[in-house]
Amino acid sequence: MNREDFPMLNQDIIYFDNGATTLKPKCVIDKTVEYYEKYGASAHRGDYDIAYKVDQEYENTRELVRDFIHAKYLEEIIFTAGSTEGLNLIASGFFKNLLEENDEVLITKSEHASNVLPWFSLAKTNGVKIGYIPLDDNHYVTLENVKKAITSNTKVISLASITNVIGDIRPIKEITEYAHEHNIFVVLDAAQSIGHIKTDVQDLDIDFMSFSAHKMCGPTGVGVLYGKKELLENVEPLLLGGGMNESFDNEQEVYYKELPTRLEAGTPNIAGVIAFGEAIKYLQTIGMDKIADYEKNLRKYLVDKLIMIPHIDIVNLESDSGIVSFNVSGIFSQDVAYYLNKYNICVRAGSHCAKILKKEVGVTNTIRVSLYFYNTVEEVDTLVELLSDKDKILKEML
Amino acid sequence: MDENLRREIILDHYQNPKNKESVEDTRYQKINSNNESCIDNIDIYVLIEEGIIKDIKFQGEACAISTSSTSIMITNLIGKTIEEAKEYIQNFEAMVNEKEYNEELLKEGIVYNEIYKQSNRKTCALLPYIGIKKLIDQYETK
Repeated sequence: MNREDFPMLNQDIIYFDNGATTLKPKCVIDKTVEYYEKYGASAHRGDYDIAYKVDQEYENTRELVRDFIHAKYLEEIIFTAGSTEGLNLIASGFFKNLLEENDEVLITKSEHASNVLPWFSLAKTNGVKIGYIPLDDNHYVTLENVKKAITSNTKVISLASITNVIGDIRPIKEITEYAHEHNIFVVLDAAQSIGHIKTDVQDLDIDFMSFSAHKMCGPTGVGVLYGKKELLENVEPLLLGGGMNESFDNEQEVYYKELPTRLEAGTPNIAGVIAFGEAIKYLQTIGMDKIADYEKNLRKYLVDKLIMIPHIDIVNLESDSGIVSFNVSGIFSQDVAYYLNKYNICVRAGSHCAKILKKEVGVTNTIRVSLYFYNTVEEVDTLVELLSDKDKILKEML
Repeated sequence: MDENLRREIILDHYQNPKNKESVEDTRYQKINSNNESCIDNIDIYVLIEEGIIKDIKFQGEACAISTSSTSIMITNLIGKTIEEAKEYIQNFEAMVNEKEYNEELLKEGIVYNEIYKQSNRKTCALLPYIGIKKLIDQYETK
Protein backbone atom coordinates (compact mmCIF):
# COMPACT_ATOMS: atom_id res chain seq x y z
CA MET A 1 0.00 0.00 0.00
CA ASN A 2 0.94 3.71 -0.34
CA ARG A 3 3.51 2.89 -3.02
CA GLU A 4 2.87 6.14 -4.84
CA ASP A 5 4.39 8.05 -1.91
CA PHE A 6 7.86 6.58 -2.49
CA PRO A 7 9.93 8.08 -5.33
CA MET A 8 12.40 5.15 -5.14
CA LEU A 9 9.63 2.84 -6.29
CA ASN A 10 9.27 4.75 -9.56
CA GLN A 11 12.23 2.76 -10.80
CA ASP A 12 11.98 -0.89 -11.62
CA ILE A 13 13.10 -2.40 -8.31
CA ILE A 14 11.67 -4.73 -5.72
CA TYR A 15 12.99 -3.57 -2.39
CA PHE A 16 13.10 -6.30 0.27
CA ASP A 17 15.87 -4.92 2.49
CA ASN A 18 13.76 -2.93 4.91
CA GLY A 19 15.53 -4.42 7.91
CA ALA A 20 18.62 -2.51 6.77
CA THR A 21 16.83 0.72 5.96
CA THR A 22 13.41 1.70 4.70
CA LEU A 23 12.63 3.86 1.69
CA LYS A 24 11.64 7.47 2.28
CA PRO A 25 8.29 8.96 1.31
CA LYS A 26 8.20 12.17 -0.71
CA CYS A 27 6.99 14.21 2.28
CA VAL A 28 10.16 13.35 4.23
CA ILE A 29 12.41 14.19 1.29
CA ASP A 30 10.52 17.46 0.72
CA LYS A 31 10.82 18.43 4.37
CA THR A 32 14.61 17.98 4.21
CA VAL A 33 14.77 20.26 1.20
CA GLU A 34 12.38 22.73 2.82
CA TYR A 35 14.76 23.19 5.75
CA TYR A 36 17.77 23.82 3.52
CA GLU A 37 15.87 26.08 1.15
CA LYS A 38 13.69 28.10 3.50
CA TYR A 39 15.08 28.29 7.05
CA GLY A 40 18.51 26.66 7.00
CA ALA A 41 19.86 28.23 10.19
CA SER A 42 21.26 26.59 13.32
CA ALA A 43 19.10 25.41 16.17
CA HIS A 44 18.94 26.85 19.70
CA ARG A 45 21.31 29.70 18.87
CA GLY A 46 19.80 32.55 16.91
CA ASP A 47 17.68 35.56 17.66
CA TYR A 48 16.27 36.03 14.20
CA ASP A 49 13.04 34.76 12.62
CA ILE A 50 14.34 31.82 10.63
CA ALA A 51 16.38 30.58 13.59
CA TYR A 52 13.23 30.73 15.67
CA LYS A 53 11.46 28.71 12.97
CA VAL A 54 14.24 26.08 13.14
CA ASP A 55 13.75 25.72 16.89
CA GLN A 56 10.02 25.34 16.48
CA GLU A 57 10.39 22.63 13.85
CA TYR A 58 13.18 20.83 15.71
CA GLU A 59 11.31 20.75 19.01
CA ASN A 60 8.11 19.84 17.22
CA THR A 61 9.76 16.58 16.19
CA ARG A 62 10.64 15.91 19.81
CA GLU A 63 6.98 16.25 20.71
CA LEU A 64 6.01 14.00 17.80
CA VAL A 65 8.45 11.35 19.03
CA ARG A 66 7.17 11.66 22.59
CA ASP A 67 3.64 11.11 21.39
CA PHE A 68 4.65 8.29 19.02
CA ILE A 69 6.30 6.20 21.76
CA HIS A 70 3.94 7.46 24.49
CA ALA A 71 6.70 8.85 26.68
CA LYS A 72 5.62 10.84 29.71
CA TYR A 73 7.99 13.80 29.41
CA LEU A 74 9.45 15.69 26.49
CA GLU A 75 12.92 15.71 28.07
CA GLU A 76 12.96 11.92 27.95
CA ILE A 77 13.55 12.18 24.19
CA ILE A 78 17.24 12.57 23.28
CA PHE A 79 18.20 12.92 19.63
CA THR A 80 21.17 10.81 18.60
CA ALA A 81 22.77 9.75 15.33
CA GLY A 82 20.99 6.38 15.46
CA SER A 83 20.31 3.22 17.47
CA THR A 84 23.99 2.43 17.82
CA GLU A 85 24.83 5.75 19.42
CA GLY A 86 21.95 5.47 21.87
CA LEU A 87 22.96 2.00 23.04
CA ASN A 88 26.58 3.08 23.43
CA LEU A 89 25.52 6.18 25.32
CA ILE A 90 23.63 4.24 27.95
CA ALA A 91 26.24 1.51 28.26
CA SER A 92 29.13 3.97 28.58
CA GLY A 93 27.36 7.01 30.05
CA PHE A 94 25.18 5.23 32.59
CA PHE A 95 25.97 1.58 33.24
CA LYS A 96 29.73 2.02 33.14
CA ASN A 97 29.42 4.21 36.24
CA LEU A 98 27.02 1.84 37.93
CA LEU A 99 28.08 -1.72 37.30
CA GLU A 100 30.74 -3.47 39.31
CA GLU A 101 32.82 -6.57 38.90
CA ASN A 102 30.72 -9.73 38.48
CA ASP A 103 27.51 -7.79 37.94
CA GLU A 104 25.73 -9.49 35.09
CA VAL A 105 24.23 -8.20 31.85
CA LEU A 106 21.84 -10.59 30.11
CA ILE A 107 21.50 -10.52 26.34
CA THR A 108 20.77 -13.25 23.75
CA LYS A 109 22.73 -14.82 20.93
CA SER A 110 20.44 -13.19 18.38
CA GLU A 111 21.20 -9.59 19.28
CA HIS A 112 22.61 -7.14 16.76
CA ALA A 113 26.27 -6.10 17.19
CA SER A 114 25.09 -2.75 18.60
CA ASN A 115 23.47 -4.52 21.52
CA VAL A 116 26.45 -6.84 22.07
CA LEU A 117 29.69 -4.91 21.68
CA PRO A 118 28.91 -2.02 24.09
CA TRP A 119 28.31 -4.65 26.79
CA PHE A 120 31.43 -6.62 25.83
CA SER A 121 33.27 -3.36 26.35
CA LEU A 122 31.93 -3.13 29.93
CA ALA A 123 33.09 -6.69 30.47
CA LYS A 124 36.60 -5.44 29.79
CA THR A 125 36.47 -2.15 31.69
CA ASN A 126 34.27 -3.11 34.65
CA GLY A 127 34.67 -6.86 34.86
CA VAL A 128 30.96 -7.24 34.09
CA LYS A 129 29.80 -10.75 33.16
CA ILE A 130 27.76 -11.30 30.00
CA GLY A 131 25.04 -13.92 30.26
CA TYR A 132 22.82 -15.28 27.51
CA ILE A 133 19.11 -15.94 27.82
CA PRO A 134 18.63 -19.31 26.10
CA LEU A 135 16.47 -19.25 22.97
CA ASP A 136 13.74 -21.84 22.52
CA ASP A 137 13.39 -24.19 19.54
CA ASN A 138 12.02 -21.37 17.38
CA HIS A 139 14.93 -19.15 18.52
CA TYR A 140 12.45 -17.12 20.58
CA VAL A 141 12.92 -15.49 23.97
CA THR A 142 10.36 -16.67 26.50
CA LEU A 143 9.63 -15.28 29.93
CA GLU A 144 10.36 -18.72 31.37
CA ASN A 145 13.86 -18.70 29.92
CA VAL A 146 14.44 -15.17 31.17
CA LYS A 147 13.49 -16.31 34.67
CA LYS A 148 15.89 -19.24 34.38
CA ALA A 149 18.75 -17.07 33.17
CA ILE A 150 18.49 -14.44 35.90
CA THR A 151 20.93 -14.83 38.78
CA SER A 152 21.41 -12.80 41.93
CA ASN A 153 24.11 -10.86 40.03
CA THR A 154 21.89 -9.85 37.11
CA LYS A 155 21.64 -6.06 36.90
CA VAL A 156 20.64 -5.43 33.29
CA ILE A 157 18.63 -7.20 30.60
CA SER A 158 19.23 -5.73 27.17
CA LEU A 159 17.12 -7.03 24.30
CA ALA A 160 15.92 -6.19 20.85
CA SER A 161 12.14 -5.91 20.76
CA ILE A 162 12.29 -7.59 17.33
CA THR A 163 15.53 -9.22 16.20
CA ASN A 164 16.92 -8.57 12.76
CA VAL A 165 17.46 -12.17 11.65
CA ILE A 166 14.81 -14.20 13.49
CA GLY A 167 12.23 -11.42 13.58
CA ASP A 168 10.57 -12.65 16.75
CA ILE A 169 8.55 -10.13 18.75
CA ARG A 170 9.74 -10.47 22.32
CA PRO A 171 7.39 -10.38 25.34
CA ILE A 172 9.02 -7.21 26.63
CA LYS A 173 6.24 -6.09 28.95
CA GLU A 174 6.25 -9.37 30.86
CA ILE A 175 10.04 -9.46 30.97
CA THR A 176 10.22 -5.90 32.28
CA GLU A 177 7.64 -6.57 34.96
CA TYR A 178 9.56 -9.59 36.20
CA ALA A 179 12.93 -7.82 35.90
CA HIS A 180 11.77 -4.82 37.91
CA GLU A 181 10.53 -7.09 40.68
CA HIS A 182 14.16 -8.19 40.91
CA ASN A 183 15.66 -4.70 40.61
CA ILE A 184 17.00 -5.33 37.13
CA PHE A 185 17.17 -2.60 34.50
CA VAL A 186 15.71 -3.32 31.05
CA VAL A 187 17.19 -1.79 27.91
CA LEU A 188 15.37 -2.08 24.61
CA ASP A 189 16.95 -2.04 21.16
CA ALA A 190 13.89 -0.99 19.19
CA ALA A 191 15.64 -0.54 15.82
CA GLN A 192 13.70 -3.35 14.13
CA SER A 193 10.37 -2.79 15.84
CA ILE A 194 9.84 0.96 15.93
CA GLY A 195 8.56 1.32 12.37
CA HIS A 196 6.63 -1.94 12.40
CA ILE A 197 4.62 -2.28 15.60
CA LYS A 198 3.13 0.11 18.12
CA THR A 199 5.49 1.19 20.91
CA ASP A 200 4.32 2.39 24.30
CA VAL A 201 7.25 2.93 26.64
CA GLN A 202 5.03 3.56 29.65
CA ASP A 203 3.03 0.42 29.10
CA LEU A 204 6.22 -1.61 28.55
CA ASP A 205 7.77 0.22 31.53
CA ILE A 206 11.23 -0.09 30.01
CA ASP A 207 14.10 1.94 31.43
CA PHE A 208 15.93 2.86 28.22
CA MET A 209 15.19 2.44 24.55
CA SER A 210 17.13 3.27 21.41
CA PHE A 211 16.06 3.40 17.76
CA SER A 212 16.86 4.92 14.38
CA ALA A 213 14.75 7.17 12.17
CA HIS A 214 15.91 5.59 8.93
CA LYS A 215 14.27 2.26 9.68
CA MET A 216 10.89 4.01 9.96
CA CYS A 217 10.74 6.06 6.74
CA GLY A 218 12.88 8.83 8.22
CA PRO A 219 16.30 10.12 7.20
CA THR A 220 19.64 8.45 7.98
CA GLY A 221 21.83 9.88 10.73
CA VAL A 222 19.02 10.48 13.22
CA GLY A 223 17.99 8.37 16.15
CA VAL A 224 16.37 8.62 19.54
CA LEU A 225 17.43 7.54 22.96
CA TYR A 226 14.51 7.30 25.35
CA GLY A 227 15.09 6.94 29.05
CA LYS A 228 13.00 7.35 32.15
CA LYS A 229 13.61 10.90 33.31
CA GLU A 230 15.06 9.99 36.69
CA LEU A 231 17.53 7.65 34.99
CA LEU A 232 18.47 9.99 32.15
CA GLU A 233 19.31 12.62 34.79
CA ASN A 234 22.21 10.35 35.74
CA VAL A 235 23.50 9.66 32.26
CA GLU A 236 26.90 11.25 31.85
CA PRO A 237 27.26 13.00 28.49
CA LEU A 238 29.91 11.37 26.32
CA LEU A 239 30.13 14.38 24.07
CA LEU A 240 31.03 17.70 25.67
CA GLY A 241 30.99 21.01 23.89
CA GLY A 242 28.68 23.55 22.38
CA GLY A 243 24.98 23.64 23.10
CA MET A 244 25.09 21.32 26.10
CA ASN A 245 26.87 23.62 28.54
CA GLU A 246 25.23 26.26 30.69
CA SER A 247 28.41 28.13 31.53
CA PHE A 248 32.10 27.60 32.22
CA ASP A 249 34.89 29.83 33.48
CA ASN A 250 37.63 27.38 34.27
CA GLU A 251 37.98 23.62 34.73
CA GLN A 252 36.43 23.82 38.18
CA GLU A 253 33.38 25.76 37.18
CA VAL A 254 31.56 23.96 34.40
CA TYR A 255 27.81 23.77 34.37
CA TYR A 256 25.79 21.66 32.00
CA LYS A 257 22.28 22.32 30.78
CA GLU A 258 19.23 20.34 31.75
CA LEU A 259 17.84 17.40 29.78
CA PRO A 260 17.51 16.86 26.89
CA THR A 261 20.06 19.46 25.72
CA ARG A 262 22.75 18.18 28.09
CA LEU A 263 22.98 15.00 26.03
CA GLU A 264 22.87 16.69 22.62
CA ALA A 265 26.24 18.40 22.25
CA GLY A 266 27.25 20.08 19.02
CA THR A 267 25.17 21.15 16.06
CA PRO A 268 22.73 18.31 15.53
CA ASN A 269 21.45 16.81 12.30
CA ILE A 270 18.83 19.55 12.09
CA ALA A 271 17.49 18.73 8.63
CA GLY A 272 17.30 15.07 9.61
CA VAL A 273 15.46 15.68 12.87
CA ILE A 274 12.96 18.01 11.23
CA ALA A 275 12.31 15.59 8.36
CA PHE A 276 12.00 12.77 10.90
CA GLY A 277 8.94 14.56 12.24
CA GLU A 278 7.30 14.16 8.85
CA ALA A 279 8.08 10.43 8.88
CA ILE A 280 6.32 10.04 12.22
CA LYS A 281 3.27 11.93 11.02
CA TYR A 282 3.28 9.83 7.87
CA LEU A 283 3.32 6.51 9.77
CA GLN A 284 0.67 7.74 12.19
CA THR A 285 -1.60 8.64 9.31
CA ILE A 286 -1.38 5.09 7.98
CA GLY A 287 -1.63 3.64 11.49
CA MET A 288 0.86 1.35 13.19
CA ASP A 289 -1.66 -1.44 13.75
CA LYS A 290 -2.54 -1.42 10.09
CA ILE A 291 1.16 -1.61 9.16
CA ALA A 292 1.76 -4.51 11.56
CA ASP A 293 -1.24 -6.45 10.25
CA TYR A 294 -0.28 -5.88 6.64
CA GLU A 295 3.27 -7.10 7.20
CA LYS A 296 2.16 -10.13 9.16
CA ASN A 297 -0.22 -11.19 6.38
CA LEU A 298 2.32 -10.59 3.63
CA ARG A 299 4.93 -12.57 5.54
CA LYS A 300 2.55 -15.46 5.95
CA TYR A 301 1.83 -15.35 2.24
CA LEU A 302 5.57 -15.47 1.48
CA VAL A 303 6.38 -18.22 3.99
CA ASP A 304 3.46 -20.38 2.82
CA LYS A 305 4.89 -20.24 -0.70
CA LEU A 306 8.53 -20.73 0.28
CA ILE A 307 7.66 -23.82 2.33
CA MET A 308 6.45 -25.48 -0.84
CA ILE A 309 9.88 -25.16 -2.49
CA PRO A 310 11.97 -28.20 -1.50
CA HIS A 311 15.38 -26.55 -1.89
CA ILE A 312 14.51 -23.62 0.41
CA ASP A 313 15.43 -23.91 4.10
CA ILE A 314 13.69 -21.30 6.22
CA VAL A 315 15.50 -20.38 9.43
CA ASN A 316 12.57 -18.62 11.12
CA LEU A 317 9.37 -20.38 10.14
CA GLU A 318 7.35 -18.86 12.94
CA SER A 319 7.59 -15.13 13.30
CA ASP A 320 5.16 -12.26 13.55
CA SER A 321 7.33 -9.59 12.01
CA GLY A 322 8.12 -9.03 8.34
CA ILE A 323 11.49 -10.81 8.42
CA VAL A 324 12.14 -14.11 6.62
CA SER A 325 15.63 -15.64 6.72
CA PHE A 326 16.39 -18.62 4.53
CA ASN A 327 18.90 -20.41 2.35
CA VAL A 328 18.79 -22.16 -1.00
CA SER A 329 20.36 -25.53 -0.21
CA GLY A 330 23.81 -25.93 -1.69
CA ILE A 331 24.10 -22.32 -2.82
CA PHE A 332 25.94 -19.61 -0.92
CA SER A 333 23.56 -16.86 0.20
CA GLN A 334 25.51 -14.13 -1.53
CA ASP A 335 25.24 -15.93 -4.87
CA VAL A 336 21.47 -16.02 -4.49
CA ALA A 337 21.48 -12.30 -3.70
CA TYR A 338 23.53 -11.64 -6.86
CA TYR A 339 21.08 -13.73 -8.87
CA LEU A 340 18.07 -11.81 -7.53
CA ASN A 341 19.89 -8.56 -8.18
CA LYS A 342 19.87 -9.41 -11.87
CA TYR A 343 16.09 -9.11 -11.62
CA ASN A 344 16.38 -5.84 -9.64
CA ILE A 345 15.38 -7.51 -6.41
CA CYS A 346 17.16 -6.14 -3.35
CA VAL A 347 17.74 -8.67 -0.56
CA ARG A 348 20.45 -8.98 2.03
CA ALA A 349 22.91 -11.87 2.34
CA GLY A 350 25.22 -12.49 5.26
CA SER A 351 25.19 -12.77 9.01
CA HIS A 352 23.31 -9.45 9.35
CA CYS A 353 25.54 -8.21 12.19
CA ALA A 354 24.30 -11.02 14.44
CA LYS A 355 27.61 -12.81 14.49
CA ILE A 356 27.07 -14.82 17.66
CA LEU A 357 23.81 -16.24 16.31
CA LYS A 358 25.44 -18.76 14.00
CA LYS A 359 26.03 -21.41 16.66
CA GLU A 360 22.45 -21.08 17.81
CA VAL A 361 20.77 -21.59 14.44
CA GLY A 362 23.50 -23.69 12.84
CA VAL A 363 24.03 -21.49 9.79
CA THR A 364 26.46 -18.62 9.42
CA ASN A 365 24.91 -16.78 6.52
CA THR A 366 21.38 -16.40 5.25
CA ILE A 367 19.36 -14.53 2.70
CA ARG A 368 17.06 -12.10 4.46
CA VAL A 369 13.86 -10.71 3.05
CA SER A 370 12.49 -7.95 5.26
CA LEU A 371 9.10 -6.62 4.27
CA TYR A 372 7.38 -3.29 4.75
CA PHE A 373 3.92 -1.96 4.01
CA TYR A 374 4.82 -0.85 0.48
CA ASN A 375 5.76 -4.38 -0.56
CA THR A 376 3.08 -6.27 -2.44
CA VAL A 377 1.75 -9.75 -3.10
CA GLU A 378 2.88 -9.36 -6.71
CA GLU A 379 6.44 -8.64 -5.60
CA VAL A 380 6.40 -11.71 -3.38
CA ASP A 381 5.12 -13.79 -6.31
CA THR A 382 8.00 -12.58 -8.48
CA LEU A 383 10.51 -13.50 -5.78
CA VAL A 384 9.02 -16.94 -5.21
CA GLU A 385 8.95 -17.71 -8.90
CA LEU A 386 12.63 -16.79 -9.27
CA LEU A 387 13.57 -18.91 -6.26
CA SER A 388 11.55 -21.94 -7.29
CA ASP A 389 13.89 -22.96 -10.11
CA LYS A 390 17.23 -24.03 -8.64
CA ASP A 391 18.78 -24.79 -12.03
CA LYS A 392 17.98 -21.28 -13.13
CA ILE A 393 19.67 -19.88 -10.02
CA LEU A 394 22.78 -22.00 -10.65
CA LYS A 395 22.82 -20.97 -14.28
CA GLU A 396 22.35 -17.27 -13.75
CA MET A 397 24.02 -16.52 -10.43
CA LEU A 398 27.50 -16.08 -11.90
CA MET B 1 35.29 -17.68 -24.33
CA ASP B 2 32.13 -19.72 -24.74
CA GLU B 3 29.69 -18.75 -21.99
CA ASN B 4 28.49 -22.29 -21.35
CA LEU B 5 32.03 -23.57 -20.99
CA ARG B 6 32.88 -20.69 -18.67
CA ARG B 7 29.87 -21.43 -16.48
CA GLU B 8 30.64 -25.14 -16.47
CA ILE B 9 34.23 -24.61 -15.31
CA ILE B 10 33.25 -22.15 -12.58
CA LEU B 11 30.38 -24.29 -11.30
CA ASP B 12 32.54 -27.41 -11.34
CA HIS B 13 35.21 -25.72 -9.21
CA TYR B 14 32.48 -24.29 -6.95
CA GLN B 15 30.68 -27.57 -6.37
CA ASN B 16 33.80 -29.75 -6.30
CA PRO B 17 36.55 -27.43 -5.12
CA LYS B 18 40.10 -28.74 -5.15
CA ASN B 19 41.74 -29.34 -1.79
CA LYS B 20 38.91 -27.93 0.31
CA GLU B 21 39.86 -29.58 3.59
CA SER B 22 41.21 -28.60 6.96
CA VAL B 23 44.88 -29.04 7.76
CA GLU B 24 46.44 -30.21 11.00
CA ASP B 25 49.99 -30.56 9.58
CA THR B 26 52.09 -27.84 11.24
CA ARG B 27 54.41 -27.54 8.25
CA TYR B 28 51.64 -25.60 6.49
CA GLN B 29 51.46 -21.83 6.86
CA LYS B 30 47.92 -20.59 7.47
CA ILE B 31 46.41 -17.25 6.47
CA ASN B 32 42.91 -15.80 6.44
CA SER B 33 41.52 -14.13 3.35
CA ASN B 34 38.46 -11.94 3.63
CA ASN B 35 37.29 -8.61 2.41
CA GLU B 36 35.18 -5.98 4.06
CA SER B 37 32.63 -5.55 1.33
CA CYS B 38 31.30 -9.09 1.34
CA ILE B 39 30.85 -12.08 3.59
CA ASP B 40 33.41 -14.40 2.00
CA ASN B 41 35.86 -15.72 4.52
CA ILE B 42 38.43 -18.44 3.84
CA ASP B 43 41.55 -19.82 5.45
CA ILE B 44 44.36 -20.81 3.11
CA TYR B 45 47.04 -23.34 4.10
CA VAL B 46 50.26 -23.43 2.08
CA LEU B 47 53.20 -25.80 2.21
CA ILE B 48 56.34 -24.26 0.73
CA GLU B 49 59.56 -26.26 0.68
CA GLU B 50 62.83 -25.13 -0.86
CA GLY B 51 61.16 -22.32 -2.77
CA ILE B 52 58.51 -24.56 -4.28
CA ILE B 53 54.78 -24.53 -3.47
CA LYS B 54 54.26 -28.18 -2.62
CA ASP B 55 50.62 -27.96 -1.60
CA ILE B 56 47.73 -25.56 -0.91
CA LYS B 57 44.47 -26.32 0.86
CA PHE B 58 41.61 -24.10 1.99
CA GLN B 59 38.60 -23.96 4.29
CA GLY B 60 35.73 -21.58 4.82
CA GLU B 61 32.54 -20.13 3.41
CA ALA B 62 32.56 -18.17 0.22
CA CYS B 63 30.48 -17.45 -2.87
CA ALA B 64 30.70 -19.31 -6.17
CA ILE B 65 33.20 -16.88 -7.68
CA SER B 66 35.50 -16.80 -4.62
CA THR B 67 35.35 -20.55 -4.10
CA SER B 68 35.97 -21.43 -7.74
CA SER B 69 38.70 -18.81 -8.01
CA THR B 70 40.42 -20.32 -4.97
CA SER B 71 40.11 -23.82 -6.40
CA ILE B 72 41.53 -22.74 -9.77
CA MET B 73 44.34 -20.83 -8.11
CA ILE B 74 45.26 -23.88 -6.06
CA THR B 75 45.20 -26.11 -9.14
CA ASN B 76 47.50 -23.75 -11.01
CA LEU B 77 49.95 -22.85 -8.25
CA ILE B 78 50.82 -26.26 -6.82
CA GLY B 79 54.26 -27.27 -8.06
CA LYS B 80 55.29 -23.75 -9.02
CA THR B 81 58.36 -21.98 -7.68
CA ILE B 82 57.77 -18.79 -5.72
CA GLU B 83 58.90 -16.76 -8.73
CA GLU B 84 56.54 -18.61 -11.08
CA ALA B 85 53.70 -18.19 -8.59
CA LYS B 86 54.32 -14.44 -8.37
CA GLU B 87 54.24 -14.20 -12.15
CA TYR B 88 50.94 -16.11 -12.24
CA ILE B 89 49.40 -13.90 -9.57
CA GLN B 90 50.58 -10.74 -11.32
CA ASN B 91 49.00 -11.86 -14.59
CA PHE B 92 45.76 -12.89 -12.91
CA GLU B 93 45.42 -9.52 -11.20
CA ALA B 94 46.24 -7.75 -14.47
CA MET B 95 43.44 -9.66 -16.20
CA VAL B 96 40.86 -8.82 -13.53
CA ASN B 97 41.93 -5.17 -13.61
CA GLU B 98 41.70 -4.99 -17.43
CA LYS B 99 45.44 -4.66 -18.03
CA GLU B 100 47.69 -6.64 -20.37
CA TYR B 101 48.34 -10.23 -19.35
CA ASN B 102 49.59 -13.56 -20.63
CA GLU B 103 46.53 -15.66 -21.36
CA GLU B 104 48.36 -18.98 -21.72
CA LEU B 105 49.96 -18.69 -18.33
CA LEU B 106 46.59 -18.47 -16.55
CA LYS B 107 45.08 -21.70 -17.94
CA GLU B 108 41.55 -22.11 -16.47
CA GLY B 109 42.07 -18.82 -14.63
CA ILE B 110 40.93 -17.03 -17.78
CA VAL B 111 37.31 -17.89 -16.96
CA TYR B 112 37.34 -14.57 -15.05
CA ASN B 113 38.50 -12.52 -18.04
CA GLU B 114 35.16 -10.72 -18.16
CA ILE B 115 34.60 -10.37 -14.43
CA TYR B 116 35.45 -6.65 -14.72
CA LYS B 117 31.96 -6.23 -16.20
CA GLN B 118 30.55 -6.96 -12.75
CA SER B 119 32.66 -4.68 -10.63
CA ASN B 120 31.10 -5.93 -7.39
CA ARG B 121 32.43 -9.44 -8.15
CA LYS B 122 36.01 -8.48 -8.96
CA THR B 123 36.81 -8.65 -5.28
CA CYS B 124 35.37 -12.18 -5.17
CA ALA B 125 37.72 -13.42 -7.90
CA LEU B 126 40.67 -11.75 -6.17
CA LEU B 127 39.83 -12.99 -2.67
CA PRO B 128 42.26 -15.94 -2.41
CA TYR B 129 45.06 -13.82 -3.83
CA ILE B 130 44.92 -11.48 -0.84
CA GLY B 131 46.00 -14.35 1.40
CA ILE B 132 48.46 -16.10 -0.86
CA LYS B 133 50.34 -12.85 -1.55
CA LYS B 134 50.72 -12.20 2.17
CA LEU B 135 52.04 -15.71 2.69
CA ILE B 136 54.57 -15.41 -0.12
CA ASP B 137 55.67 -12.06 1.34
CA GLN B 138 56.12 -13.66 4.74
CA TYR B 139 58.10 -16.53 3.22
CA GLU B 140 60.42 -14.17 1.37
CA THR B 141 61.09 -11.91 4.34
CA LYS B 142 61.92 -14.81 6.63
